[in-house]
Amino acid sequence: MSATGIGASVRRKEDHRFITGAGRYTDDINRPGQAHAYFLRSPHAHATIKKIDASKAKAMPGVLAVLTGDDLAADKIGGLICGWMIHNKDGSPMRAGGHPALAQGKVRYVGDHVAVIIADTLAQARDAAEAVTVDYGVLPAVVDTATAMTSKTVVHDVAPNNSVYNWHLGNKDDTEKAFKAAKHVVKMNIVNNRLAPNPMEPRAAIGLYDKAEDHYTLYTTSQNPHVARLVLSAFIGIAPENKLRVVAPDVGGGFGSKIFIYAEETVCVWASKKVGRPVKWNSDRTEAFLSDAHGRDHVTEAQMAIDENGKITGLRVHTIANLGAYLSTFSSSVPTYLYAPLLSGQYNIPAIYAEVDAVYTTTAPVDAYRGAGRPEATFVVERLVEVAARQLGIDPAKFRQMNYITKFPHQTPVIMMYDAGNYNASMKKALEAADYKGFGKRRKEAEKRGKLRGIGFSSYIEACGIAPSAAVGSLGAGVGLWESAEVRVNPIGTVEILTGSHSHGQGHETTFAQLVSDRLGVPLESVSIIHGDTDKVQMGMGTYGSRSGAVGMSAISKALDKVIAKGKKVAAYVLEASEKDIDFKDGKFSVKGTDKTLDFGACALQAYIAHKFNGQDLEPGLKEGAFYDPTNFTFPAGVHIAEVEVDPDTGVTKVVNWTAVDDFGVVINPMIVEGQVHGGIAQGIGQAMLEGVVYDKEGQLVTASYMDYCMPRADDLPSFTVGMTVTACPSNPLGIKGCGEAGAIAAPPALINAITDAVGHEDVAMPATPKVVWRAAQKALKKMAAE
Amino acid sequence: MATVSMTVNGKAVTADIDPRTLLVQFIRENQLLTGTHVGCDTSQCGACVVHIDGKAVKSCTTLALQCQGASVVTIEGIAAADGTLHPMQEAFREHHGLQCGFCTPGMIMSAIDIVNRKGNSLDEHTIREELEGNICRCTGYHNIVRAVDAGAKAMAGSARPIKHAAE
Repeated sequence: MSATGIGASVRRKEDHRFITGAGRYTDDINRPGQAHAYFLRSPHAHATIKKIDASKAKAMPGVLAVLTGDDLAADKIGGLICGWMIHNKDGSPMRAGGHPALAQGKVRYVGDHVAVIIADTLAQARDAAEAVTVDYGVLPAVVDTATAMTSKTVVHDVAPNNSVYNWHLGNKDDTEKAFKAAKHVVKMNIVNNRLAPNPMEPRAAIGLYDKAEDHYTLYTTSQNPHVARLVLSAFIGIAPENKLRVVAPDVGGGFGSKIFIYAEETVCVWASKKVGRPVKWNSDRTEAFLSDAHGRDHVTEAQMAIDENGKITGLRVHTIANLGAYLSTFSSSVPTYLYAPLLSGQYNIPAIYAEVDAVYTTTAPVDAYRGAGRPEATFVVERLVEVAARQLGIDPAKFRQMNYITKFPHQTPVIMMYDAGNYNASMKKALEAADYKGFGKRRKEAEKRGKLRGIGFSSYIEACGIAPSAAVGSLGAGVGLWESAEVRVNPIGTVEILTGSHSHGQGHETTFAQLVSDRLGVPLESVSIIHGDTDKVQMGMGTYGSRSGAVGMSAISKALDKVIAKGKKVAAYVLEASEKDIDFKDGKFSVKGTDKTLDFGACALQAYIAHKFNGQDLEPGLKEGAFYDPTNFTFPAGVHIAEVEVDPDTGVTKVVNWTAVDDFGVVINPMIVEGQVHGGIAQGIGQAMLEGVVYDKEGQLVTASYMDYCMPRADDLPSFTVGMTVTACPSNPLGIKGCGEAGAIAAPPALINAITDAVGHEDVAMPATPKVVWRAAQKALKKMAAE
Repeated sequence: MATVSMTVNGKAVTADIDPRTLLVQFIRENQLLTGTHVGCDTSQCGACVVHIDGKAVKSCTTLALQCQGASVVTIEGIAAADGTLHPMQEAFREHHGLQCGFCTPGMIMSAIDIVNRKGNSLDEHTIREELEGNICRCTGYHNIVRAVDAGAKAMAGSARPIKHAAE
């Protein structure tokens, strides 16, 4: 391993600009003549719009335009789309209600977009918004996930009973049989709490129309600018792709919420032509809470069947998933194909059946948030497993080990073919790192201090490297999920990599360069990574689902193969040898059995000057591209162990130890991978203990600022012990599985398992605030007293 | 309109501004120093932290007019004139104390302030408590804590004064 190659903890190339304040985020960009957009949002969860009177506002200083849904309709601008078709059990398509970028006749959640006010300054736009009069016919709200289907109020006329779809996966008959034959059945009702993703950079957009070229540019906070262009072009109808450039510069975190194509970005780019000026919008934090797609929000009944030998024989799940007021870009896939296929966990479960009802409510749209469906599945499986072990009186680590899949490849009853893994290796390493043997002693010591100490496991699996295009196509995806790369070698041997992946904290400028440096033998400094601009990178699918290593880097690897193959042809001419006798290693082409060599840089120069070969026999230049379509999902897996101390008098819970042992396959940069694990765990702990989106009965968002929504702070969290095991992924050329979501998937059940272990009662809902934990502790005490 | 004069990163500046202009707007829009960020508008997240007369302040809830005559230092003003990074900047890079980079300027400005107030030898508990006013969504704080610890120690050993070059 070289100091900068694969496996080295190289310090990040992108850091210098961020630590000196030179990062360039969307809000840092300003265009000459730029006007500012302010969105007038619905104060009601559900209402008809009888009339909008903007005459007063239009006459106010600096105001350029007040635009509404009628203006969108007049310009034939299409609605926002959901790109994944889910079919009901009966084969009929899901019921997708219209989703105009500015409301047309009805608003369906607090924060829904009623009108946009565009003015010279933001202050003028805000002031003018106050002068717009909207006559609403207020309708009842539908807020509760569990009862949305029985509400008399319908959110979309196309969806009676507020049902988006009723979908299922697995084998119902086999599962019924397993439950009939079961020796022991564990039943649980599980709520997966609704979260707000909260990247620290709020969303922002600048729309720009160039009259001379009849061309639009959109600067935006996107994880996937090419997908944004595709949707804005092909579905919303802003402009053909060749007349629309989308740029996603430095993006301050995404966690899924910046995958989607939202109303504000659409309106800014459309309105830039209407007002003849660049139009800028920057979300404030409350707008982010109101209108960024939320995550999770499942209500689940789950049962696990276990035989007399402690083997899991069946799993049955019914989930109601709240998708909010409109179907966001990939929302429909989250509680279906990103959820139920992971219900086998790390376990050999012969029969699984999952039924999912997705519902509309008058709340913000819900879509993918770090983990997307996999945290929900893992929470169901890992809570059931932990509780089963407790009920059976088997050590929870041992119960897991008794049920682990040990032979690969393994076909689960729910689509997935696990390709490789060694779950026991991670468990063993985690048990050791967490000093599981010493837990009893620590618990006794805590008791002396009046504290309840608990330990909890999570043995998670996820599906990453999303995804083989044909496979997802057969499941309803509207796009292929390959990735693209282009390798441009310059005449002096420096290299530019153009990638369809997008970095918004992941450090691609470093890790991708490590791969290139490793393969071509050029210094890290000679490699530039270019991403996030549809004018530079031809096409790409973007970054989400922990796919940029497994899929994005595989595309780069494939393009590098082609560069090396072409380089060998050039070297053969230069070194006057047969192409088949040319080797390439450590940045040098050489002729087998001789001391004749050609540096990579010298080869590049020869490729461009083309003096040593006939341009008709071999094309000059050194530039290659590739599209890589994965052969399978990848399956990162691992074990997290949480240890907590609860104060029984106050319910205050302190996370005292956290051990994570993950198998991410081949790791390019351990420092960056560990950082991803840390961040994921923090978000998982946030979900389990601190965070929760709350709407009141009228559909008002109660948690709309950082004073109401509890973000994890430094003093809420411990330091983490992070270890790794490695089984290379056989499904891509680099052996990478992906690491971005693992922590957020693993952490919530580990923590709730630890808290329930501490207090001795299973009734601990997320977020496990002191009140929730105190109540559970009291119930446990009462139960003990009664026994 | 009102006239405000202050020193920003050692440079005397005067401008006519709308009296409701926030310091962060003044820094970003008037001075074109975009390293200071707005993450929440309610003084919770700390992405907007700058130093006013040597003390860490959230610039999203400070009026520019309140800074009349003050010395303001932003993330752009803490490296040496020759570009040598401040020890705290260097520590964040070395210990991977940042991912997306959005909270980082505020984190670094707060971290320097913690060291100025609490000294160069900080325990983990103190660092975590003192970072209460800065939210990071990417790192889980694990490496930020290490960066602040290392940066604090490096500031003690630094030939340069703990106060910034710009002050």
